[in-house]
Amino acid sequence: MSEAIIKIQNMNKWFGDFQVLKDINLEVEKNKKIVVCGPSGSGKSTLIRCINRLEEHQKGSIVVDGTELSENTKNIEQIRAEVGMVFQQFNLFPHLSILDNCTLAPIWVRKMPKKQAQELAMQQLEKVQISDQAQKFPGQLSGGQQQRCAIARALCMEPKIMLFDEPTSALDPEMIKEVLDAMVNLAKGGMTMIVVTHEMGFAKEVADEVIFMDEGMIVEKAETKEFFANPKSDRTKLFLSQIL
Amino acid sequence: MSKFTFLKSDRSNIQLVLITGTFLITISILDVFLNSFFKLNLISFLPSKVSFLTPFIIGMIGLNLIRIEYSGNKFLDVLNKNINTSNFNAALTLLIIFIIFKAIPPSLSWMILDANISGDTKEACTGTGACWTYIKVWFRRFMYGMYPNEQHWRINTAFLLVIGLGTFGLFATEKMKKFLALYYVVIYPIIAFLIIYYLISGGYFGLEWIETGAWGGLSLTFIVSFFCLIFCFPLGMILALGRRSNLPAVRYVSIGYIEFWRGVPLITVLFMSSVMFPMFLPEDFFMDKLVRVIIAITLFEGAYCAEVIRGGLQSLPRGQYDAAKSLGMGYWKMHIFVILPQALKLVIPGICNTFLALVKDTPLIFVVGLAELAGMLALAKTNPKWLGFAMEGYIFAAIIFWIICYAMSKYSYNLEEKYKTDR
Repeated sequence: MSEAIIKIQNMNKWFGDFQVLKDINLEVEKNKKIVVCGPSGSGKSTLIRCINRLEEHQKGSIVVDGTELSENTKNIEQIRAEVGMVFQQFNLFPHLSILDNCTLAPIWVRKMPKKQAQELAMQQLEKVQISDQAQKFPGQLSGGQQQRCAIARALCMEPKIMLFDEPTSALDPEMIKEVLDAMVNLAKGGMTMIVVTHEMGFAKEVADEVIFMDEGMIVEKAETKEFFANPKSDRTKLFLSQIL
Repeated sequence: MSKFTFLKSDRSNIQLVLITGTFLITISILDVFLNSFFKLNLISFLPSKVSFLTPFIIGMIGLNLIRIEYSGNKFLDVLNKNINTSNFNAALTLLIIFIIFKAIPPSLSWMILDANISGDTKEACTGTGACWTYIKVWFRRFMYGMYPNEQHWRINTAFLLVIGLGTFGLFATEKMKKFLALYYVVIYPIIAFLIIYYLISGGYFGLEWIETGAWGGLSLTFIVSFFCLIFCFPLGMILALGRRSNLPAVRYVSIGYIEFWRGVPLITVLFMSSVMFPMFLPEDFFMDKLVRVIIAITLFEGAYCAEVIRGGLQSLPRGQYDAAKSLGMGYWKMHIFVILPQALKLVIPGICNTFLALVKDTPLIFVVGLAELAGMLALAKTNPKWLGFAMEGYIFAAIIFWIICYAMSKYSYNLEEKYKTDR
C-alpha cells in the first residue's frame, strides 16, 4: 500500500454563514483515480478547489504531497504547480495561441527553456490529438478541442495530481467522448486523478473509488464495483437510479 | 379614386411612381441648392412663408412615393433601406441635405473665397472673409511660443529624435520583444526627458539656456501631453491593481488617492502646483514650473486611468484568475502574462478617451502662465496690432486639436483591431 498523496482530515468550509463542506475526511493514494459525484450544490467542486487552495478551508487540515495547506503556506505556488486542474469552462487564455497557452507556465513557473517547453507542449498536444491546432487561438476551436487543450496545458506542468472539475458539463454530447477519451488515456498512464463528473460510464471504466457527496458531506465512499453494485445509503441509491 | 391608387406605390405602377417621385425630390433639392448657392428662388411666385416650406413638402411627397418594398431595383432598395425607411427618416434625410446646402456657401466664402492670406500686416486683410494673414504672421509663435526664432531647430530636432526613438518597437527583433515594455515604461521616458532637457532647455554643449517660461505654442502642448501620457498610464495601472489588492493598506491608499484626485478640479490642482507647492519646499530646492505642472497633470489623470483599467480588470471572468493560479503562477506572473494583457486590450477605447481628454485639458496650464497653443492664441488676440481676429485663431486651434485627437483615436482603433482575438 503506497502512501497517501492527499490527506484531508475533518475539513470544514463556510461561505459566510453557509457551511458548504462538513467534516470531510479523504485520503488519496498515489496513482489512484477517484471520481466524485453528487447533486449540484453538494460541494464537490468546492472540495477539489480546496485541494489546490483556490478556496480556503476554515477548519481541519489538508496535506498535499507532504505540505499542509494553511494561511501560512508560503510556497502555495509550488504546490499548485504540482496539482494540475481542468475547469468546466476550459478557462484557456484567449489572448494566447494554443501553443502559448501550453508553454506559458512551464517557461515562467518551471523556468524551462522556450524550445524545450514547446517540444513538451507539442508532445502533450499530440497526446490529446490537437497538435495540428497549435497555432490557432482558443476562440477558433470547438468546445471539445478547447477542453483537450486545457488538459494538455495542465499536463505541460508535469503535475503529480490532476483535478477535473466537471470537465464535460459544458460540452455538446458528441464532444464529450473526445474529452473522456483523453482522460481515459491519461488515467491509463498512471496519473493520480480526482474527477468531479456525472459521467458514470467514465467512472466505471477508470475509477478506483467513487465518492458520493450530498449537502457538503461524503455520504458514501466505496470501490467502484461495490459502489454501483450495492450502494449502501438510500440517498446514493436514489441518485444512481436517476442518473443511470 | 384614380388619384388614390396613383399615390399608393407598389410594383405595378413602379415606372410612374419612380419618375414622379424622383422629379419631385430633384425639384425640392434643386430649389434649396439654387437658393443657397446662387440666390435664385424657383418658387418665388409663392408667398414667402409657403415658399420656405415648399421644398420640404415636395421632397417628402417624393420620398414617400419612391418608398417601395422589394422594388427589384437594386439602387432604389439600397436608398430606401438606408435613408428612407419611414416618414421620420425621410424628413431627417431632407433636413440634413438642406442644412448642408445652406451651410456650405457662407462658410466656404468666409474661409476661402473672401479670405486674405497675402501681406503681413492687418491692413492686408481687405476682404469680408477670414484673415489668414494673422495666422501666417503669428504661425511661429503658435508653434513655438516665445522661444527665440533662431533656436527653433532645437525643438524640431528634439521632437524628431523622440519620435524616432518611439518607433524602436517596430524594429525590435524577437529577442528584444521581451524588454519592450521595460523600454517604453522606464527607459524611453528617461531618454526623452534627457533629450528635451538638454536640447530644448539647453545650458550645456554651448547651447543657450532658455527658460521654460519662454516655451509655448503647439510644441509645449506636445511636451506636456507626451510626458503626462507616458507617466499616467503606468501610474493608473499600479493604482488599479492596488485598488483590487487583498492587502488592506495598499487598497485603502489606492482608493484614497483615486477618490482624492477625482474629486478636485484640474484647474485647482494646477494652481496648487504652481502657487502652494513651492511654499512647502526647502528654500534652496527648486523645481521648474513646467515640471511641476507635468507632475500635477500626471497625478490627476493617473486616477482617471486607474478607474478605466479597473473596469477592464473587473470584466475578466474569475476563471482566468483560477486557471493562472492553478498553473502555479504568483500574483505578478498572473497579472503580467494573463490578466493585464486581456484587461488592457479591453480598455483601449476607454484609455483613448482619457488620453484625448488629457490632450484637450492642456490649455488649462495657461492659468499658471504657460502658454501652449490655445494660450498663445489668447495672447495674440489681445495684441493691439492684431485686434479682432479671435475667430480665425480659434478655428485654427480647433483644426489643429482635431487633427491631433483624430489621429489618436484612429490609432486606438488600429490597436483594437491588431489585438483582437476571438474569445
